[in-house]
Amino acid sequence: MVRQLTVFLENSPGRLAALTRAIGDSGINMRALMVADTADFGVVRIICDDPGFAQSALEGAGYGVTVTDVIAVVVPDRPGGLADVLEVLGAAEINVEYAYCFVKPSGEGAIDVFRVEEPERAGRILADAGLRVLTQEEVRLAG
Amino acid sequence: MFQPQYEAMQPGDLEAMQLERLNGVLSRVYEHVPAYRAKLDEAGAAPRVSDLADLAGLPFTVKDDLRAAYPYGMFAAPLRDIIRVHSSSGTTGQITVVGYTQGDIDRWADMMARTIACAGGTADDIVQVTYGYGLFTGGLGVHYGSERLGCLTIPISGGNTKRQVQVLKDFGTTILACTPSYAVLIAETAAEMGVDVRDLPLRAGVFGAEPWSDNMRKQIEGLMGIAAIDIYGLSEVLGPGVASECVHQNGLHVNEDHFIIEIVDPQTLKPVPDGQRGEVVFTTLTKEGSPVIRYRTRDISRMIPGVCACGRTFRRMERVSGRTDDMLIIRGVNVFPSQIEQVLAGIPGVAPHYQVVLSKRGSMDYVEVHVEVGPDVPFDEIKTLERLRAKVAAEIASALAVNIDVKLVEPKSIQRSEGKAKRVLDLRNEGSV
Repeated sequence: MVRQLTVFLENSPGRLAALTRAIGDSGINMRALMVADTADFGVVRIICDDPGFAQSALEGAGYGVTVTDVIAVVVPDRPGGLADVLEVLGAAEINVEYAYCFVKPSGEGAIDVFRVEEPERAGRILADAGLRVLTQEEVRLAG
Repeated sequence: MFQPQYEAMQPGDLEAMQLERLNGVLSRVYEHVPAYRAKLDEAGAAPRVSDLADLAGLPFTVKDDLRAAYPYGMFAAPLRDIIRVHSSSGTTGQITVVGYTQGDIDRWADMMARTIACAGGTADDIVQVTYGYGLFTGGLGVHYGSERLGCLTIPISGGNTKRQVQVLKDFGTTILACTPSYAVLIAETAAEMGVDVRDLPLRAGVFGAEPWSDNMRKQIEGLMGIAAIDIYGLSEVLGPGVASECVHQNGLHVNEDHFIIEIVDPQTLKPVPDGQRGEVVFTTLTKEGSPVIRYRTRDISRMIPGVCACGRTFRRMERVSGRTDDMLIIRGVNVFPSQIEQVLAGIPGVAPHYQVVLSKRGSMDYVEVHVEVGPDVPFDEIKTLERLRAKVAAEIASALAVNIDVKLVEPKSIQRSEGKAKRVLDLRNEGSV
């Protein structure tokens, strides 16, 4: 399982820039960033090398931060790769709240991040199906 | 009870005392304050009444009367006898000045000592006076009362919240005196510093100077593990010490040996029947420096019928639920910011920090409530936030019978107050949004 940070931001010019600057200034290296927005506000989801440190740094800078457990899975780089993963989850009746992906610099495949209700069980099921589920440490080394 | 000989007077004795004192103050203002002489003459009213009910026939005093007399025009005693002045904050216009003789200061200390005793305080208590010291009446008013009661008095004044927490902890404070919104900030700051106020000797708070709700009381009591006591006062009438809740927390006993309280309809200005809400009007009976006759406070309250179990016979006013000049008219519905607060404080996950923002959309007044996303909201999923926003909007609509747009804002983005909370942000004169 991987710990994802979520930051609540007002939907106004410069807020995302200020957030990413605060992240950069504290020396945190991001692996992935995803913005979900509504008319008034957005939530920014971040995968980084050191979530514990990043959380305290951002809270110290005045941001509201919550931490969520998500699963990160290496998805084979071929047509139908993602569908294979989702079918495993679907067969196990696991609902996906949201998903996004980032690419490893080594190019051996994409990493997909899934938010599900029971991340531990989902992780086990995916691993049993022969998929590679990353740990926090593997994400840290992925850069 | 600090002065049971007054605080538990027989109602008949009290009325006789009030009548005698009322005639005393009427003749003093007629003699020494030209503005009052002109007012009474103009109304064709004599500076003497034969019955307390006749007070309702005398003219009112309003804030503008006090402003027009700036600085010393309303004093009923020669400047030689005035030993202290205070002033109102001036947030709603030019400041007004009130003067106190030595006798006024003494009586004020007694009344404030009653207030602290009303909250359960004794000479064994350690009182942290976090109201501002200076022209504002809060700090020095509470200070003198605390000393009069014999409490160990910490004159820390407002501001520097981390130091407030440090002193609260290190000095063994048992009673905290500040505005309710500042009490919340102190509790939050303590939590950030790793201090749980519930573990400290603090056992009561005397909170006033701004309207607050019962839900906010419960919140403060939960955060701090104390009894939160509502106190009431205003500089034009005295300062803190005009009225105070006792430990039964059901209305504020008015110091009726020193003040006559009336509740009037803010439109017709006629007295309302007992128990009905209206504007609070005070007449000072014993003040020598700056007496006022029928001063319209703009505070909204009502008298609570019945006798209190604490033994005090002074009648009780309900906690102030708003101000006539804070009142917003939203699509024809009268709304007080404190009512919105009452709703918000009852919803889990919503921080106590909110602001009502008024702006213009075209020529129409537009109202939006900004609510901070609290630390307890798992806001990772958009649907959680949308649900929260819908819930807040629905609860406001059901409680106030008006639809108000709700906007969720970042934690700590609403300015924190060290004194009176700025609950309403009026941008209507700053162009449309």
